Amino acid sequence: MKRVAETMLEPTRRIFILRTGQLGLGLVLGAAGAQRARATPDMMRQLVDEITGGKPMTKGKVTLDLPPLVDNGNTVPMTVSVDSPMTDDNYVRVIHVVNEKNPQPDVITCTMGPRCGRASFATRIKLADSQKITAVAEMNDGSFWFDNADVIVTLAACLEDIL
Amino acid sequence: MARALVNVPANARRGDIIEIKALISHPMESGFRVGTNGKIIQRDIIQTFTCTYNGEEVFKAKYSPAIAANPFISFSTRATDSGEIVLAWRGDNGFEAVETKQITVE
Repeated sequence: MKRVAETMLEPTRRIFILRTGQLGLGLVLGAAGAQRARATPDMMRQLVDEITGGKPMTKGKVTLDLPPLVDNGNTVPMTVSVDSPMTDDNYVRVIHVVNEKNPQPDVITCTMGPRCGRASFATRIKLADSQKITAVAEMNDGSFWFDNADVIVTLAACLEDIL
Repeated sequence: MARALVNVPANARRGDIIEIKALISHPMESGFRVGTNGKIIQRDIIQTFTCTYNGEEVFKAKYSPAIAANPFISFSTRATDSGEIVLAWRGDNGFEAVETKQITVE
């Protein structure tokens, strides 16, 4: 009887260990698969390259105004202004705002012209993590200027589940 | 039609730079959030915002899912002539909203 019990026990223990292992592996793989889409600093650089067409950017002229510490990433006030006279022969054509760690690297693209009078706009954005935001301005002469802002976010947007 | 709050000065002097502010009610669902059933909530955002002044486009913005719900935008334009300023939002699922404001320029 003892032998019978042992032979019955052995396979079950073996199976138990095997199953536990499989379950653990499954959980790891599942978690990796379920990981949410996310932009990376590389994706941001790629997007900036697409915007500028590989041309060099200079830091300056652009002022990106974001609060340095954000309590709630769901709505973050942002102001972008560019030092430009906005005349017919010297104006800002486009302002792009890009980020490093939201699910997608692009935030907003504003097209303006000499009719605007002032090269600035304000809006509210979502931030999924503490990260660096970059604003790139394209001038009518084809030059590119940028500014960075580092933001610390305590409550992230887009990642929380709806309760 | 979605509710929109638009602030355009009714009067301006010729050549003045006026500020236009606009707020519209819209969920701006990013398409990256997961609902209680474990499924991704479908994206529903405003994609473009345009401002035309007497038919001429003066400002245009392309939005991404990273724009906060109930999008707010503020920008400026030069008051050239009396006429109408039209603000238009277009987005996913055929979303469209248009607001028209009159401006008198002396």
